[in-house]
Amino acid sequence: MEHVIEKWPGNVYELTIGATKEDGGTRSRKVKAGGINTLPFLHFEGLTPNQPLIAMEVWDIEPSEWPENLKNEFNEVLNNAAQWAKKCEDLGADLICLRLLSADPDGKNASATEVARTVKDVLSATSIPLMILGCGNNEKDSSIIMDISQIAKGENCLIGMAVKENFKTFTAAAQAGGHSLIAETPLDINLEKQLNILISDMGFGSDRIVIHPSTGGVGYGFEYCYTIIERTRLASLSNDKMMSQPIITFVGQETWKIKECKADETEKPEWGSLKERGVLWEIATASGYLQAGSDILVMNHPKAVNEIKNHINKLMEK
Amino acid sequence: MALSGLDIYKHLPKTNCKKCGCPTCLAFAMALAAKKTSLDKCPDITEAAKQILDSASLPPMATITIGEGAKKVEIGGETVMFRHEKTFYHPTAIAISVSDNETNIQEKIEKIKKLHFDRVGMMVGVDLIALKNDSNDTDKFAAVAKELTDKSELPLILLSDNPQTIEESLKNISQKRPLVYCANSKNFEQMSRIAKQYNVPLCICGKDIEELAELSQKITALAVKDIVLDCSTRAVSKCIQNFTKIRRLALKKNFRPLGFPVIAFAENVTEASAYICKYANILITTLDKPEEILPLITLRLNIYTDPQKPIMMEPKLYAVGTPNENSPFMVTTNFSLTYFTVTPEIENSKIPVWLLVCDAEGMSVLTAWAADKFNAEIIDTWMKKTDVANKVKHKKIIIPGYVSVMSGKLEELTGWQVLVGPKEAAAIPKYLKTIWK
Repeated sequence: MEHVIEKWPGNVYELTIGATKEDGGTRSRKVKAGGINTLPFLHFEGLTPNQPLIAMEVWDIEPSEWPENLKNEFNEVLNNAAQWAKKCEDLGADLICLRLLSADPDGKNASATEVARTVKDVLSATSIPLMILGCGNNEKDSSIIMDISQIAKGENCLIGMAVKENFKTFTAAAQAGGHSLIAETPLDINLEKQLNILISDMGFGSDRIVIHPSTGGVGYGFEYCYTIIERTRLASLSNDKMMSQPIITFVGQETWKIKECKADETEKPEWGSLKERGVLWEIATASGYLQAGSDILVMNHPKAVNEIKNHINKLMEK
Repeated sequence: MALSGLDIYKHLPKTNCKKCGCPTCLAFAMALAAKKTSLDKCPDITEAAKQILDSASLPPMATITIGEGAKKVEIGGETVMFRHEKTFYHPTAIAISVSDNETNIQEKIEKIKKLHFDRVGMMVGVDLIALKNDSNDTDKFAAVAKELTDKSELPLILLSDNPQTIEESLKNISQKRPLVYCANSKNFEQMSRIAKQYNVPLCICGKDIEELAELSQKITALAVKDIVLDCSTRAVSKCIQNFTKIRRLALKKNFRPLGFPVIAFAENVTEASAYICKYANILITTLDKPEEILPLITLRLNIYTDPQKPIMMEPKLYAVGTPNENSPFMVTTNFSLTYFTVTPEIENSKIPVWLLVCDAEGMSVLTAWAADKFNAEIIDTWMKKTDVANKVKHKKIIIPGYVSVMSGKLEELTGWQVLVGPKEAAAIPKYLKTIWK
């Protein structure tokens, strides 16, 4: 029987994150994302040189909005980003996703120097590659990203979020510090490509970009993101070089804020155990995005991370 | 795969006899391709040509019905590999497995009944019960099958490769059209005879895709039409690849023997989620707790949403939390994604809010505003329709930041004070906590 094998002309750029001593950094290992030349896990058709990566979220402030059963997993380290990051490394994360939320002007309004120190502390406490995100306020993020980039120079981090409003500063910062860049767009495949072009036009390697097409939790816009990821991946396989970057999804962030992961058994008895529900929701969301083609998943709950890592290993079996 | 007019023309008698009502055979071929006429209008078509054309006009993947009446389940009939190419039609049917050794069937049925949830006004839940023959006892299996049929509305899947066990159970319940699982290379002749005699769909199990195709052809030759496919492996990587291969052969090559729905088995949410995405038509699972099934049902709803038709929320005044007459009053559009982005953020703020969802034909805030479907007049109309004035005393409206330009007009129309809220939903908690108070 002759199976239908697609002959895709393109593939996804392979991106290395992290730098070891030989590369001028201090990480004990590097990780690679992308490189695939077929649809997710279709080993009969093409090569998947790198399996999808799991990053674990670390905040530099206490995540007050997190539900108790997620917070409890990190209780002793929630007020110390460096220890928190070390814990994630021990839990088996491929890389750390450090969010510098203390910089938020409406919150602590930490200065560039303060957050840069946190980055340094996290780098010293861990040996796995690092992803660094600002606080989400475009203006503030633009004002701190250069210091962040400099303090982590040589470590080949993944920094973000570059958006339409601040991509010039972010691109310059990533360029100066030798880092890769996450480009984020609001659920629109055309804007996604356009931002990649704008960033590349500044002389930044299009193979140093990671696409964040926006993430929706299951039940909260998941289908839009799922389809944009599938379409992006099909475009990369058709050799559209401005859509051939690895794709990142923020699974944990979009899971733990929804009602289904917060409402307890007294409020919603028909939804079953809250403790299990949140973890399973994160797992279902992650599993779905893996099938769409997400190359990096940013996750929160250790149980969900563990389960998805095992699942990825099984999916990688030929 | 549909044939073009010219493809069809090659198989016609080319006599231009006009008996079909068309002036020429080519015109008839074109009408056939456009599905405006039927092949039986041609009196001179050869049997060979008829077979080719008939099979080409069948959908590439058959739609199979399990059960009967209101709770019957349709699966298959899919036409695309990716939902954005058109849509997926028949959501993965979820079957909860039950052992015939189960001591309290009634309790189990009650448990399964609870696996139904209200999702934005729609009841969604599991579809089938899969009865396993763990006892290896024919009478016991038949008795439990009968009890499940009597006490539950959900159609059944009968899991046993013993033809005698299957036939014994079907004697009582065949009119409910359960799916029989399974026929294999050893028992397919007997199973086919039973499936045909009792008119029930039959799942076939092959050790690989090749054997599956072979069995499918043999069973079709024995006049069984309603077929479901199982490629026997339970390793998730192999399954996903096999489902993709089968679906591609069916949809892209119009390969008849594999043009049927496929069945998957999952013991955990992780693999069940993968199968819902790629491309299980039936999912049999041992999972039976609400916290396990709710994420799966929700994921299924997402994947099987028609991407060309945005889900719209019912336009009305929503109480997020338990607001009172002093609670903030916010307006937005009835695009489901807008609603699902805004509501969790309001919930996060822990401040109860009256949220007026206006009918903007399912468009997001900016799109609706640009299309003039979300303007001061429309908000004013919906405020009147939903009688907001009797529920909110402070006479302040919070509008999305992107439509701040309508403030003046809206104040003029309503006489209420308009406050411009944040542009992005993520900023709502901060807005409510700082600016509102």
